[in-house]
Amino acid sequence: MNQHMQTPLVELDDISIAFGGIRAVDGASLDLYPGEVVGLLGHNGAGKSTLIKILSGAYKRDSGAIRIDGEDATINNPRDAKAYGIETIYQTLAVADNVDAAANLFLGRELVTAIGTLDDVAMEAKAREVMGRLNPNFRRFKEPVKALSGGQRQSVAIARAILFNARILIMDEPTAALGPQETAQVGDLIRQLKSEGIGIFLISHDIHDVFDLADRVCVMKNGQVVGIARTADVTKDEVLGMIIMGKCPPGAIPGPGAMKA
Amino acid sequence: MAEQNTIESSSTPGFIAGSPIQRFLSATEIDTRLVGMIGALLLIWMGFHFLSGGLFMTPRNLWNLSVQTASISIMATGMVLVIVTRNIDLSVGSLLGIIAMVMGVMQAEYLPGMLGFGHPLIWAIALAVGIVCGVAIGALQGAIIAYLRVPAFIVTLGGYLVWRGAAWWVTSGRTVAPLDSRFRLMGGGPEGAVGATVSWILAIVACLGIGAYLIYARGQRHRFSFQQRPLWAEALLAALGCGAVIGAVLVFNAYPWPVRIAQNYANAHNIPIPDGGLFISHGIAIPVLLAVAVGVVMTFIATRTRFGRYVFAMGGNPEAADLAGINTRWVTVKIFMLLGGLCAIAAAISSARLNAATNAMGTLDELYVIAAAVIGGTSLSGGVGTIVGAMIGALVMQSLQSGMVLMGLDSPLQSIVVGIVLVVAVWLDTLYRNRAQ
Repeated sequence: MNQHMQTPLVELDDISIAFGGIRAVDGASLDLYPGEVVGLLGHNGAGKSTLIKILSGAYKRDSGAIRIDGEDATINNPRDAKAYGIETIYQTLAVADNVDAAANLFLGRELVTAIGTLDDVAMEAKAREVMGRLNPNFRRFKEPVKALSGGQRQSVAIARAILFNARILIMDEPTAALGPQETAQVGDLIRQLKSEGIGIFLISHDIHDVFDLADRVCVMKNGQVVGIARTADVTKDEVLGMIIMGKCPPGAIPGPGAMKA
Repeated sequence: MAEQNTIESSSTPGFIAGSPIQRFLSATEIDTRLVGMIGALLLIWMGFHFLSGGLFMTPRNLWNLSVQTASISIMATGMVLVIVTRNIDLSVGSLLGIIAMVMGVMQAEYLPGMLGFGHPLIWAIALAVGIVCGVAIGALQGAIIAYLRVPAFIVTLGGYLVWRGAAWWVTSGRTVAPLDSRFRLMGGGPEGAVGATVSWILAIVACLGIGAYLIYARGQRHRFSFQQRPLWAEALLAALGCGAVIGAVLVFNAYPWPVRIAQNYANAHNIPIPDGGLFISHGIAIPVLLAVAVGVVMTFIATRTRFGRYVFAMGGNPEAADLAGINTRWVTVKIFMLLGGLCAIAAAISSARLNAATNAMGTLDELYVIAAAVIGGTSLSGGVGTIVGAMIGALVMQSLQSGMVLMGLDSPLQSIVVGIVLVVAVWLDTLYRNRAQ
């Protein structure tokens, strides 16, 4: 693949963060290219979500560098991350439960009228357009998001992430709350976004999902990267071995967390 | 997807089968909760009217009720935003006390010396100083809550003691009186009401405003070809709104000046006194106009601005608001600044009404303000509440007080009743919410 000749969209370089005495992420390095899907795998508490929350600005790293398009990026809060075109769909969905879908889609970036008041009708019209593409069955625009089903809330969270021309999309367990049909929809969406040149970090427990969608996988264990491999070069069993034992197979590039042979 | 389709058809206005009442409510898009509150208020009024032997629903009592409600309802509009973001402010009563004291000292002791006694700007400067004080104190408390992460309950509990102490300290406990004659107009009374003619002009302006708003809303929906309300529903809403305004003005205009004051006024202006006494209408009281203006502005802020949207989003899910890139800390500070400013307006009304600033002014107001917001449907778990609801809540509280006084109930009994009503009101609201879900 010649994509590795170009500048990575994102480079996470030697990132560490500790909560109290626990090193949640310990010297993790990872990169992402345009139009690429990188799957992040690992047990609960392996540090996947924490690493990704550093990129999305929810946590502040203790050390290490983040580079966007090869240049050092300053990301101290979610607003900074959004300014770099980094959008995140969190595991908890992070939707404001008591306002409607349109308000959620535009939260923090509301459309305003000439005199600076909220332009609710314009936001609702745009929301109808975006949601119509994403989930044509979605019609409950006037109700608080609290009243929606898990899948509908998920559509709202995804629509919010893609509404503002994201370049880098982080999806933390995007299908955790979904049924099979909706999961397939998310899969189609990921392929579509990938073809538009968006780089995607996909965090998942489901190794099958990841093999279907990701170009590369990165396995983490105890806050460290076990190894990074192209999905074409490793088998699912080998990746399971990485997740469970930290054993790095020949097809993968070992990281600091790999079991010493 | 069959389930989704059925839900959709039952939530889209205009296409509803079901009972005529449901159809009516969805066509007009009237908030059923608000209707319930107004209904409860009217029940309370009629109950007291009956129990007090026809004393309650008289122009005189309703006019006084409106003036008595002004101060609490102004603070309650700000308290709504505080409670919506899962905070609380226990210091508003003490804040009212210290600000009233500062404004009192300004207009009674400093400004006359600097500008001359009775200078026409004294009231404005005193009020401005009060508002600056209120906003500054709110900013201080808000910053401690938002940036130092001390719980609002503790910060404002501290503020409750600090500002009450400060109010005492300013004049060593001395009462400041009398206040500036123009400042006093903010407290109501025969002088502090706008009279019949101006009341009618304001009523016409309000009715035009209601009409203009409905037309604007229709235009906005048309712009994106959304479903419109049926015309009869629009007409009904306009009629209800204008009817309420005109009804209120009729009541306020039906309350004449007291005989002696009217006589003095007639003598001073060489007006002949007709048989049966001179009838000069009070019209709308100035504090009531202030409260209505605050209500309109606060509703606008809460529903039509980014700030208001952030307040409600934060209340629903603080983490999500933060992750969406909202500067939640700064929004929190702004909410407390806003409430501080509103306390200053309330302080002006309270002290002007008393024609004095005392160090005990505003004692227990924090509880009435919180109770008004909660009775008005503001949820202590955050995210839910309306400005109008809180103002009606304040009116309910004040109606209870006033009604019990008219019935001649003892003061301890009054407290017992108000306490019980508060708990029952919140319980009913919980029932309503559970059913609505």
